[in-house]
Amino acid sequence: MTLFFVVTLNGLTLAALYFLAASGFSLIFGLMRTVNMAHGALLLFGGYVGWSVVDATGLWALGVMAGGLAAALAGALVQIGVLGRMQGDELRQTLASIAISIILADLMLWIWGGTTYQVRTPSWLTGGTRIEVLGIGYATVRLYLMVFALSVGVGLWLFIQKTRIGAVIRAGVDDQDMLRALGYPINRIFVLVFAMGGMLAGMAGVIAGSALSIAPGTDLQFLLSSLVVVIVGGMGSVGGAALGALLIGLAEQYGLAYAPTYAAVVTFVIMVFVLAVRPQGLLGRAEA
Amino acid sequence: MGTEALLRLSNINLHYGSSHVLHDVSLELSDRPLGILGRNGVGKTSICNAIFGLEPITSGTIMLGDQDLSKLTPEKRAQAGLGYVPQGRRIFRSLTVEEHLRILERKGGNWTTERVYQTFPRLKERRRNLGDRLSGGEQQMLAISRALLLNPQVLVLDEPTEGLAPAIVTDVVELINQVAQEGTSVLLVEQNLHAALAAVQDVAIIVGGEVVERVTAEALENDPKMQKQHLGLEAAGA
Repeated sequence: MTLFFVVTLNGLTLAALYFLAASGFSLIFGLMRTVNMAHGALLLFGGYVGWSVVDATGLWALGVMAGGLAAALAGALVQIGVLGRMQGDELRQTLASIAISIILADLMLWIWGGTTYQVRTPSWLTGGTRIEVLGIGYATVRLYLMVFALSVGVGLWLFIQKTRIGAVIRAGVDDQDMLRALGYPINRIFVLVFAMGGMLAGMAGVIAGSALSIAPGTDLQFLLSSLVVVIVGGMGSVGGAALGALLIGLAEQYGLAYAPTYAAVVTFVIMVFVLAVRPQGLLGRAEA
Repeated sequence: MGTEALLRLSNINLHYGSSHVLHDVSLELSDRPLGILGRNGVGKTSICNAIFGLEPITSGTIMLGDQDLSKLTPEKRAQAGLGYVPQGRRIFRSLTVEEHLRILERKGGNWTTERVYQTFPRLKERRRNLGDRLSGGEQQMLAISRALLLNPQVLVLDEPTEGLAPAIVTDVVELINQVAQEGTSVLLVEQNLHAALAAVQDVAIIVGGEVVERVTAEALENDPKMQKQHLGLEAAGA
Protein backbone atom coordinates (compact mmCIF):
# COMPACT_ATOMS: atom_id res chain seq x y z
CA MET A 1 0.00 0.00 0.00
CA THR A 2 2.91 2.34 0.76
CA LEU A 3 4.13 1.87 -2.80
CA PHE A 4 0.72 2.80 -4.13
CA PHE A 5 0.58 6.03 -2.11
CA VAL A 6 4.10 7.04 -3.08
CA VAL A 7 3.46 6.27 -6.73
CA THR A 8 0.20 8.24 -6.59
CA LEU A 9 1.99 11.22 -5.04
CA ASN A 10 4.71 10.94 -7.70
CA GLY A 11 1.99 10.90 -10.32
CA LEU A 12 0.38 14.00 -8.82
CA THR A 13 3.76 15.76 -8.70
CA LEU A 14 4.30 15.07 -12.35
CA ALA A 15 0.71 16.06 -13.12
CA ALA A 16 1.25 19.39 -11.34
CA LEU A 17 4.33 20.11 -13.47
CA TYR A 18 2.60 18.99 -16.64
CA PHE A 19 -0.32 21.23 -15.84
CA LEU A 20 1.90 24.27 -15.29
CA ALA A 21 3.62 23.61 -18.61
CA ALA A 22 0.53 22.66 -20.58
CA SER A 23 -1.90 25.36 -19.40
CA GLY A 24 0.00 28.12 -21.22
CA PHE A 25 0.56 25.91 -24.23
CA SER A 26 -3.15 25.13 -24.36
CA LEU A 27 -4.16 28.76 -24.06
CA ILE A 28 -1.94 29.74 -26.99
CA PHE A 29 -3.12 26.79 -29.03
CA GLY A 30 -6.78 27.51 -28.29
CA LEU A 31 -6.65 31.20 -29.09
CA MET A 32 -4.26 31.34 -32.02
CA ARG A 33 -4.45 27.82 -33.42
CA THR A 34 -0.66 27.99 -33.26
CA VAL A 35 1.26 24.98 -32.01
CA ASN A 36 4.08 26.77 -30.24
CA MET A 37 6.87 24.21 -30.54
CA ALA A 38 9.17 26.59 -28.66
CA HIS A 39 7.10 26.19 -25.49
CA GLY A 40 9.49 23.60 -24.03
CA ALA A 41 12.45 25.87 -24.76
CA LEU A 42 10.71 28.73 -22.91
CA LEU A 43 10.24 26.40 -19.94
CA LEU A 44 13.89 25.38 -19.85
CA PHE A 45 14.98 28.99 -20.35
CA GLY A 46 12.88 30.07 -17.35
CA GLY A 47 14.35 27.19 -15.37
CA TYR A 48 17.95 28.19 -16.13
CA VAL A 49 17.31 31.88 -15.41
CA GLY A 50 15.65 30.90 -12.13
CA TRP A 51 18.58 28.69 -11.21
CA SER A 52 21.06 31.51 -11.93
CA VAL A 53 19.08 34.02 -9.86
CA VAL A 54 18.76 31.62 -6.91
CA ASP A 55 22.44 30.78 -7.24
CA ALA A 56 23.38 34.46 -7.13
CA THR A 57 20.92 35.72 -4.50
CA GLY A 58 19.88 32.64 -2.54
CA LEU A 59 16.26 33.82 -2.82
CA TRP A 60 14.14 31.00 -4.18
CA ALA A 61 10.89 32.95 -4.63
CA LEU A 62 12.81 35.63 -6.54
CA GLY A 63 14.18 32.89 -8.79
CA VAL A 64 10.68 31.63 -9.58
CA MET A 65 9.52 35.14 -10.42
CA ALA A 66 12.62 35.91 -12.49
CA GLY A 67 12.26 32.64 -14.42
CA GLY A 68 8.60 33.41 -15.10
CA LEU A 69 9.29 36.99 -16.20
CA ALA A 70 12.25 36.03 -18.40
CA ALA A 71 10.20 33.40 -20.21
CA ALA A 72 7.23 35.80 -20.48
CA LEU A 73 9.46 38.37 -22.14
CA ALA A 74 10.95 35.73 -24.44
CA GLY A 75 7.45 34.53 -25.33
CA ALA A 76 6.27 38.05 -26.13
CA LEU A 77 9.36 38.63 -28.28
CA VAL A 78 8.77 35.38 -30.18
CA GLN A 79 5.21 36.48 -30.92
CA ILE A 80 6.03 40.09 -31.83
CA GLY A 81 9.24 39.35 -33.72
CA VAL A 82 8.42 36.15 -35.57
CA LEU A 83 5.05 34.43 -35.22
CA GLY A 84 2.96 37.62 -35.33
CA ARG A 85 4.38 38.34 -38.78
CA MET A 86 2.90 35.11 -40.12
CA GLN A 87 -0.61 35.66 -38.81
CA GLY A 88 -3.12 33.18 -40.16
CA ASP A 89 -0.48 30.88 -41.58
CA GLU A 90 -0.44 28.24 -38.84
CA LEU A 91 1.84 25.77 -40.59
CA ARG A 92 4.52 28.39 -41.13
CA GLN A 93 4.17 29.54 -37.53
CA THR A 94 4.61 25.99 -36.27
CA LEU A 95 7.67 25.40 -38.41
CA ALA A 96 9.18 28.74 -37.37
CA SER A 97 8.58 27.87 -33.71
CA ILE A 98 10.49 24.60 -34.21
CA ALA A 99 13.39 26.66 -35.56
CA ILE A 100 13.20 29.01 -32.58
CA SER A 101 13.15 26.02 -30.24
CA ILE A 102 16.34 24.58 -31.79
CA ILE A 103 18.11 27.95 -31.74
CA LEU A 104 17.13 28.58 -28.12
CA ALA A 105 18.28 25.09 -27.11
CA ASP A 106 21.71 25.69 -28.62
CA LEU A 107 22.01 29.15 -27.08
CA MET A 108 21.16 27.68 -23.68
CA LEU A 109 23.70 24.89 -24.15
CA TRP A 110 26.24 27.59 -24.90
CA ILE A 111 25.40 29.65 -21.81
CA TRP A 112 24.61 26.99 -19.20
CA GLY A 113 26.46 23.96 -20.60
CA GLY A 114 25.28 20.37 -20.63
CA THR A 115 25.20 19.66 -16.90
CA THR A 116 22.15 18.89 -14.85
CA TYR A 117 20.99 21.63 -12.50
CA GLN A 118 18.95 21.47 -9.36
CA VAL A 119 17.60 24.73 -7.98
CA ARG A 120 18.51 25.20 -4.33
CA THR A 121 15.33 25.31 -2.24
CA PRO A 122 14.86 27.32 0.96
CA SER A 123 14.79 25.41 4.24
CA TRP A 124 11.00 25.34 4.47
CA LEU A 125 10.90 23.50 1.15
CA THR A 126 13.79 21.14 1.88
CA GLY A 127 13.53 17.66 3.37
CA GLY A 128 10.45 15.56 3.87
CA THR A 129 7.04 15.89 5.46
CA ARG A 130 5.36 13.01 7.22
CA ILE A 131 1.82 12.43 6.01
CA GLU A 132 0.21 10.62 8.96
CA VAL A 133 -3.01 9.65 7.19
CA LEU A 134 -1.12 7.69 4.56
CA GLY A 135 1.65 6.57 6.89
CA ILE A 136 4.42 7.79 4.59
CA GLY A 137 6.91 10.62 4.29
CA TYR A 138 7.17 12.70 1.12
CA ALA A 139 9.43 15.44 -0.22
CA THR A 140 8.11 18.79 1.03
CA VAL A 141 8.98 20.64 -2.17
CA ARG A 142 6.78 18.29 -4.16
CA LEU A 143 3.83 18.76 -1.83
CA TYR A 144 4.13 22.54 -2.21
CA LEU A 145 4.40 22.08 -5.95
CA MET A 146 0.96 20.47 -5.95
CA VAL A 147 -0.45 23.32 -3.87
CA PHE A 148 1.18 25.84 -6.24
CA ALA A 149 -0.19 24.15 -9.36
CA LEU A 150 -3.62 24.07 -7.78
CA SER A 151 -3.49 27.80 -6.97
CA VAL A 152 -2.24 28.62 -10.47
CA GLY A 153 -5.09 26.57 -11.89
CA VAL A 154 -7.69 28.35 -9.77
CA GLY A 155 -6.09 31.74 -10.44
CA LEU A 156 -5.99 31.15 -14.17
CA TRP A 157 -9.59 29.95 -14.18
CA LEU A 158 -10.71 33.05 -12.29
CA PHE A 159 -8.75 35.27 -14.67
CA ILE A 160 -10.30 33.66 -17.75
CA GLN A 161 -13.83 33.44 -16.37
CA LYS A 162 -14.19 36.57 -14.28
CA THR A 163 -12.16 39.38 -15.80
CA ARG A 164 -12.84 41.54 -18.83
CA ILE A 165 -9.58 40.52 -20.51
CA GLY A 166 -10.45 36.90 -19.77
CA ALA A 167 -13.79 37.40 -21.54
CA VAL A 168 -11.99 38.90 -24.54
CA ILE A 169 -9.63 35.88 -24.62
CA ARG A 170 -12.61 33.49 -24.51
CA ALA A 171 -14.27 35.44 -27.32
CA GLY A 172 -11.06 35.11 -29.32
CA VAL A 173 -10.98 31.35 -28.74
CA ASP A 174 -14.63 31.13 -29.86
CA ASP A 175 -14.43 33.23 -33.02
CA GLN A 176 -11.28 35.18 -33.74
CA ASP A 177 -12.48 36.77 -36.99
CA MET A 178 -15.67 38.04 -35.39
CA LEU A 179 -13.73 39.60 -32.55
CA ARG A 180 -11.55 41.42 -35.09
CA ALA A 181 -14.57 42.54 -37.09
CA LEU A 182 -15.85 44.10 -33.85
CA GLY A 183 -12.74 46.25 -33.65
CA TYR A 184 -10.69 44.38 -31.09
CA PRO A 185 -6.94 44.72 -31.62
CA ILE A 186 -6.35 41.00 -31.52
CA ASN A 187 -2.58 41.21 -31.98
CA ARG A 188 -2.21 42.82 -28.58
CA ILE A 189 -4.25 40.02 -27.05
CA PHE A 190 -2.02 37.48 -28.81
CA VAL A 191 1.11 39.06 -27.33
CA LEU A 192 -0.48 39.11 -23.89
CA VAL A 193 -1.48 35.45 -24.10
CA PHE A 194 1.95 34.50 -25.40
CA ALA A 195 3.57 36.32 -22.48
CA MET A 196 1.22 34.61 -20.03
CA GLY A 197 1.95 31.21 -21.55
CA GLY A 198 5.67 31.97 -21.35
CA MET A 199 5.35 33.04 -17.73
CA LEU A 200 3.59 29.84 -16.74
CA ALA A 201 6.20 27.80 -18.60
CA GLY A 202 9.09 29.74 -17.06
CA MET A 203 7.76 29.28 -13.52
CA ALA A 204 7.18 25.60 -14.29
CA GLY A 205 10.83 25.41 -15.37
CA VAL A 206 12.14 26.80 -12.08
CA ILE A 207 9.82 24.57 -10.10
CA ALA A 208 10.72 21.52 -12.17
CA GLY A 209 14.35 22.37 -11.40
CA SER A 210 13.49 22.48 -7.69
CA ALA A 211 11.33 19.37 -7.40
CA LEU A 212 13.25 17.33 -9.98
CA SER A 213 16.10 18.70 -12.08
CA ILE A 214 16.65 20.43 -15.43
CA ALA A 215 19.12 19.69 -18.21
CA PRO A 216 19.27 19.83 -22.01
CA GLY A 217 16.39 17.63 -23.12
CA THR A 218 14.03 18.84 -20.39
CA ASP A 219 12.61 21.21 -23.01
CA LEU A 220 11.60 18.43 -25.37
CA GLN A 221 10.31 16.26 -22.55
CA PHE A 222 7.90 18.98 -21.42
CA LEU A 223 6.98 19.98 -24.97
CA LEU A 224 6.00 16.39 -25.71
CA SER A 225 4.08 16.02 -22.47
CA SER A 226 2.28 19.33 -23.10
CA LEU A 227 1.25 18.15 -26.55
CA VAL A 228 -0.10 14.89 -25.16
CA VAL A 229 -1.85 16.66 -22.26
CA VAL A 230 -3.53 19.14 -24.60
CA ILE A 231 -4.58 16.44 -27.06
CA VAL A 232 -6.07 14.35 -24.25
CA GLY A 233 -7.62 17.19 -22.25
CA GLY A 234 -8.83 19.36 -25.13
CA MET A 235 -7.22 22.55 -26.35
CA GLY A 236 -7.96 26.01 -25.11
CA SER A 237 -9.42 25.13 -21.74
CA VAL A 238 -7.79 25.34 -18.32
CA GLY A 239 -9.94 22.44 -17.08
CA GLY A 240 -8.88 20.32 -20.03
CA ALA A 241 -5.20 20.97 -19.31
CA ALA A 242 -5.76 20.02 -15.66
CA LEU A 243 -7.61 16.81 -16.47
CA GLY A 244 -5.15 15.83 -19.18
CA ALA A 245 -2.18 16.51 -16.90
CA LEU A 246 -3.73 14.45 -14.11
CA LEU A 247 -4.41 11.48 -16.40
CA ILE A 248 -1.01 11.52 -18.07
CA GLY A 249 0.98 12.17 -14.88
CA LEU A 250 -0.72 9.37 -12.97
CA ALA A 251 -0.67 6.95 -15.91
CA GLU A 252 3.07 7.47 -16.39
CA GLN A 253 3.89 6.80 -12.76
CA TYR A 254 1.53 3.84 -12.35
CA GLY A 255 2.94 2.44 -15.56
CA LEU A 256 6.52 2.80 -14.30
CA ALA A 257 5.69 1.15 -10.97
CA TYR A 258 3.41 -1.66 -12.03
CA ALA A 259 4.20 -2.40 -15.68
CA PRO A 260 7.65 -0.95 -16.32
CA THR A 261 8.07 -2.77 -19.61
CA TYR A 262 5.04 -1.00 -21.09
CA ALA A 263 5.35 2.30 -19.23
CA ALA A 264 6.43 4.23 -22.31
CA VAL A 265 3.37 3.03 -24.20
CA VAL A 266 0.71 3.92 -21.63
CA THR A 267 0.45 7.65 -22.37
CA PHE A 268 0.28 7.06 -26.08
CA VAL A 269 -2.41 4.41 -25.65
CA ILE A 270 -4.45 7.00 -23.77
CA MET A 271 -3.78 9.54 -26.50
CA VAL A 272 -4.75 7.16 -29.29
CA PHE A 273 -7.87 6.16 -27.41
CA VAL A 274 -8.95 9.79 -26.91
CA LEU A 275 -8.21 10.64 -30.55
CA ALA A 276 -10.32 7.69 -31.68
CA VAL A 277 -13.29 8.30 -29.39
CA ARG A 278 -13.25 12.05 -28.74
CA PRO A 279 -10.84 13.77 -31.11
CA GLN A 280 -11.48 17.24 -29.67
CA GLY A 281 -10.14 16.05 -26.30
CA LEU A 282 -12.01 15.11 -23.13
CA LEU A 283 -13.10 18.66 -22.24
CA GLY A 284 -12.56 20.17 -25.67
CA ARG A 285 -15.36 21.40 -27.88
CA ALA A 286 -15.81 20.18 -31.42
CA GLU A 287 -15.07 22.77 -34.09
CA ALA A 288 -18.24 24.54 -35.17
CA MET B 1 -29.07 65.09 -44.29
CA GLY B 2 -27.51 64.84 -47.71
CA THR B 3 -27.32 61.78 -49.89
CA GLU B 4 -23.56 61.82 -50.29
CA ALA B 5 -22.08 58.33 -50.35
CA LEU B 6 -20.72 57.27 -46.97
CA LEU B 7 -19.53 53.79 -47.89
CA ARG B 8 -18.31 53.36 -51.44
CA LEU B 9 -17.22 50.06 -53.00
CA SER B 10 -15.55 50.52 -56.38
CA ASN B 11 -14.88 47.67 -58.77
CA ILE B 12 -14.38 45.02 -56.10
CA ASN B 13 -13.08 41.66 -57.33
CA LEU B 14 -12.65 38.72 -54.99
CA HIS B 15 -11.33 35.22 -55.62
CA TYR B 16 -11.47 32.10 -53.50
CA GLY B 17 -8.52 30.22 -54.91
CA SER B 18 -9.17 30.02 -58.63
CA SER B 19 -12.88 30.80 -58.48
CA HIS B 20 -13.85 34.37 -59.22
CA VAL B 21 -16.58 35.22 -56.70
CA LEU B 22 -17.14 38.97 -57.03
CA HIS B 23 -16.96 40.69 -60.43
CA ASP B 24 -16.36 44.44 -60.41
CA VAL B 25 -18.89 45.08 -57.67
CA SER B 26 -19.55 48.79 -57.14
CA LEU B 27 -21.97 50.01 -54.51
CA GLU B 28 -22.68 53.32 -52.86
CA LEU B 29 -24.34 53.63 -49.51
CA SER B 30 -25.69 56.97 -48.33
CA ASP B 31 -28.03 57.59 -45.42
CA ARG B 32 -30.78 55.83 -47.40
CA PRO B 33 -30.83 52.19 -46.26
CA LEU B 34 -29.61 49.92 -49.04
CA GLY B 35 -30.58 46.29 -49.50
CA ILE B 36 -28.44 43.70 -51.26
CA LEU B 37 -30.66 40.95 -52.57
CA GLY B 38 -29.89 37.76 -54.38
CA ARG B 39 -30.30 34.01 -54.22
CA ASN B 40 -28.14 31.68 -52.18
CA GLY B 41 -24.51 31.55 -53.22
CA VAL B 42 -24.40 34.61 -55.48
CA GLY B 43 -21.71 36.27 -53.35
CA LYS B 44 -23.71 38.35 -50.86
CA THR B 45 -21.69 37.25 -47.84
CA SER B 46 -18.49 37.66 -49.86
CA ILE B 47 -19.36 41.35 -50.19
CA CYS B 48 -19.53 41.57 -46.39
CA ASN B 49 -16.23 39.71 -46.06
CA ALA B 50 -14.69 42.15 -48.51
CA ILE B 51 -16.04 45.19 -46.65
CA PHE B 52 -14.68 43.96 -43.32
CA GLY B 53 -11.40 42.66 -44.68
CA LEU B 54 -12.13 39.11 -43.63
CA GLU B 55 -11.25 37.95 -47.15
CA PRO B 56 -8.59 39.77 -49.15
CA ILE B 57 -9.95 41.44 -52.28
CA THR B 58 -8.09 40.98 -55.54
CA SER B 59 -8.74 44.51 -56.76
CA GLY B 60 -10.93 47.52 -56.13
CA THR B 61 -11.28 50.04 -53.32
CA ILE B 62 -13.46 50.41 -50.27
CA MET B 63 -13.90 53.95 -48.97
CA LEU B 64 -15.64 55.11 -45.82
CA GLY B 65 -16.17 58.84 -46.29
CA ASP B 66 -12.75 59.90 -47.54
CA GLN B 67 -10.86 57.17 -45.66
CA ASP B 68 -9.54 54.26 -47.72
CA LEU B 69 -10.28 51.03 -45.88
CA SER B 70 -9.01 48.66 -48.58
CA LYS B 71 -5.65 47.97 -46.95
CA LEU B 72 -6.71 48.10 -43.30
CA THR B 73 -7.07 45.14 -40.94
CA PRO B 74 -10.61 44.12 -39.90
CA GLU B 75 -10.16 45.69 -36.45
CA LYS B 76 -9.09 49.04 -37.95
CA ARG B 77 -12.10 49.02 -40.27
CA ALA B 78 -14.45 48.42 -37.37
CA GLN B 79 -12.78 51.22 -35.42
CA ALA B 80 -13.20 53.49 -38.44
CA GLY B 81 -16.97 53.17 -38.07
CA LEU B 82 -18.26 49.88 -39.44
CA GLY B 83 -20.60 47.66 -37.42
CA TYR B 84 -21.12 44.04 -38.43
CA VAL B 85 -24.04 41.73 -37.78
CA PRO B 86 -22.85 38.58 -39.55
CA GLN B 87 -24.76 35.74 -41.11
CA GLY B 88 -25.44 33.02 -38.57
CA ARG B 89 -25.06 35.70 -35.85
CA ARG B 90 -21.71 34.32 -34.65
CA ILE B 91 -22.40 34.91 -30.98
CA PHE B 92 -19.45 34.03 -28.72
CA ARG B 93 -20.74 30.84 -27.19
CA SER B 94 -18.66 30.94 -24.03
CA LEU B 95 -19.54 34.55 -23.14
CA THR B 96 -22.65 35.59 -21.26
CA VAL B 97 -24.94 38.26 -22.69
CA GLU B 98 -23.54 40.72 -20.15
CA GLU B 99 -19.94 39.91 -21.13
CA HIS B 100 -20.71 40.41 -24.81
CA LEU B 101 -21.91 43.91 -24.05
CA ARG B 102 -19.30 44.73 -21.42
CA ILE B 103 -16.28 43.98 -23.62
CA LEU B 104 -17.64 46.14 -26.46
CA GLU B 105 -19.14 49.10 -24.64
CA ARG B 106 -17.44 52.43 -25.38
CA LYS B 107 -17.56 55.42 -23.10
CA GLY B 108 -19.62 58.34 -24.26
CA GLY B 109 -21.34 56.48 -27.07
CA ASN B 110 -24.93 56.76 -28.16
CA TRP B 111 -25.48 53.07 -27.41
CA THR B 112 -24.63 51.70 -23.95
CA THR B 113 -25.32 48.45 -22.16
CA GLU B 114 -28.12 50.26 -20.30
CA ARG B 115 -29.76 51.37 -23.53
CA VAL B 116 -29.47 47.86 -24.99
CA TYR B 117 -31.27 46.48 -21.93
CA GLN B 118 -33.97 49.13 -22.28
CA THR B 119 -34.44 48.30 -25.95
CA PHE B 120 -34.34 44.55 -25.37
CA PRO B 121 -35.69 43.73 -21.89
CA ARG B 122 -35.40 40.09 -22.88
CA LEU B 123 -31.60 40.39 -23.03
CA LYS B 124 -31.57 41.90 -19.55
CA GLU B 125 -33.52 38.91 -18.23
CA ARG B 126 -31.01 36.59 -19.82
CA ARG B 127 -27.88 38.58 -19.07
CA ARG B 128 -26.22 35.72 -17.17
CA ASN B 129 -26.89 33.16 -19.91
CA LEU B 130 -24.13 31.95 -22.17
CA GLY B 131 -24.33 32.82 -25.87
CA ASP B 132 -25.09 29.29 -26.96
CA ARG B 133 -27.98 29.05 -24.48
CA LEU B 134 -30.00 31.77 -26.23
CA SER B 135 -32.80 31.31 -28.74
CA GLY B 136 -32.28 32.39 -32.35
CA GLY B 137 -34.22 35.62 -31.78
CA GLU B 138 -32.29 36.46 -28.62
CA GLN B 139 -29.01 35.76 -30.40
CA GLN B 140 -30.03 38.11 -33.19
CA MET B 141 -30.91 40.88 -30.74
CA LEU B 142 -27.53 40.36 -29.09
CA ALA B 143 -25.67 40.33 -32.42
CA ILE B 144 -27.31 43.63 -33.41
CA SER B 145 -26.70 45.15 -29.95
CA ARG B 146 -23.07 44.07 -30.06
CA ALA B 147 -22.58 45.93 -33.33
CA LEU B 148 -24.51 49.01 -32.15
CA LEU B 149 -22.31 49.36 -29.04
CA LEU B 150 -19.52 50.38 -31.41
CA ASN B 151 -21.76 53.32 -32.40
CA PRO B 152 -20.97 52.70 -36.06
CA GLN B 153 -21.54 55.13 -38.92
CA VAL B 154 -22.44 52.18 -41.12
CA LEU B 155 -24.23 49.06 -39.93
CA VAL B 156 -23.89 45.98 -42.16
CA LEU B 157 -26.39 43.20 -41.49
CA ASP B 158 -26.04 39.85 -43.26
CA GLU B 159 -29.34 37.95 -43.34
CA PRO B 160 -30.50 39.05 -39.89
CA THR B 161 -33.95 37.50 -40.34
CA GLU B 162 -32.69 34.04 -41.31
CA GLY B 163 -34.34 31.32 -39.27
CA LEU B 164 -36.44 33.68 -37.15
CA ALA B 165 -40.15 33.44 -36.37
CA PRO B 166 -42.28 35.97 -38.32
CA ALA B 167 -43.04 38.04 -35.20
CA ILE B 168 -39.32 38.39 -34.45
CA VAL B 169 -38.63 39.30 -38.09
CA THR B 170 -41.03 42.23 -37.65
CA ASP B 171 -39.13 43.30 -34.51
CA VAL B 172 -35.80 43.13 -36.33
CA VAL B 173 -37.13 45.18 -39.25
CA GLU B 174 -38.53 47.76 -36.83
CA LEU B 175 -35.18 48.02 -35.09
CA ILE B 176 -33.35 48.47 -38.39
CA ASN B 177 -35.74 51.29 -39.27
CA GLN B 178 -35.12 52.91 -35.91
CA VAL B 179 -31.35 52.66 -36.27
CA ALA B 180 -31.54 54.17 -39.75
CA GLN B 181 -33.70 57.05 -38.51
CA GLU B 182 -31.13 57.84 -35.84
CA GLY B 183 -28.61 58.52 -38.58
CA THR B 184 -26.73 55.25 -38.99
CA SER B 185 -26.37 54.10 -42.59
CA VAL B 186 -27.75 50.60 -43.04
CA LEU B 187 -26.57 47.99 -45.53
CA LEU B 188 -28.90 45.03 -45.36
CA VAL B 189 -28.04 41.76 -47.09
CA GLU B 190 -31.14 39.63 -47.35
CA GLN B 191 -32.82 36.69 -49.00
CA ASN B 192 -36.13 37.51 -47.38
CA LEU B 193 -37.57 39.94 -49.91
CA HIS B 194 -40.45 41.14 -47.77
CA ALA B 195 -38.29 41.85 -44.75
CA ALA B 196 -35.82 43.69 -46.95
CA LEU B 197 -38.46 45.79 -48.70
CA ALA B 198 -39.85 46.84 -45.33
CA ALA B 199 -36.44 48.02 -44.14
CA VAL B 200 -34.68 49.60 -47.10
CA GLN B 201 -35.34 52.26 -49.73
CA ASP B 202 -32.85 51.18 -52.39
CA VAL B 203 -31.95 47.74 -53.63
CA ALA B 204 -29.01 46.23 -55.48
CA ILE B 205 -29.62 42.78 -56.94
CA ILE B 206 -26.68 40.41 -57.18
CA VAL B 207 -26.50 37.54 -59.65
CA GLY B 208 -23.37 35.45 -60.06
CA GLY B 209 -21.18 37.88 -58.13
CA GLU B 210 -22.28 40.89 -60.20
CA VAL B 211 -24.60 43.77 -59.50
CA VAL B 212 -27.28 43.35 -62.19
CA GLU B 213 -29.95 45.79 -61.05
CA ARG B 214 -30.16 48.94 -58.95
CA VAL B 215 -33.71 49.95 -58.20
CA THR B 216 -35.75 51.54 -55.48
CA ALA B 217 -37.49 49.19 -53.08
CA GLU B 218 -40.80 50.48 -54.36
CA ALA B 219 -39.96 49.65 -57.97
CA LEU B 220 -38.88 46.12 -57.07
CA GLU B 221 -41.99 45.60 -55.00
CA ASN B 222 -44.13 46.42 -58.01
CA ASP B 223 -42.16 44.34 -60.48
CA PRO B 224 -42.99 40.63 -60.06
CA LYS B 225 -41.13 39.87 -63.27
CA MET B 226 -37.86 41.20 -61.87
CA GLN B 227 -38.46 39.37 -58.61
CA LYS B 228 -38.99 36.14 -60.46
CA GLN B 229 -36.07 36.57 -62.82
CA HIS B 230 -33.39 37.42 -60.28
CA LEU B 231 -34.68 36.19 -56.97
CA GLY B 232 -36.61 33.12 -58.09
CA LEU B 233 -39.76 34.34 -56.44
CA GLU B 234 -43.27 33.83 -57.70
CA ALA B 235 -45.81 36.63 -57.35
CA ALA B 236 -44.94 39.22 -54.71
CA GLY B 237 -47.08 39.24 -51.62
CA ALA B 238 -47.58 35.48 -51.82
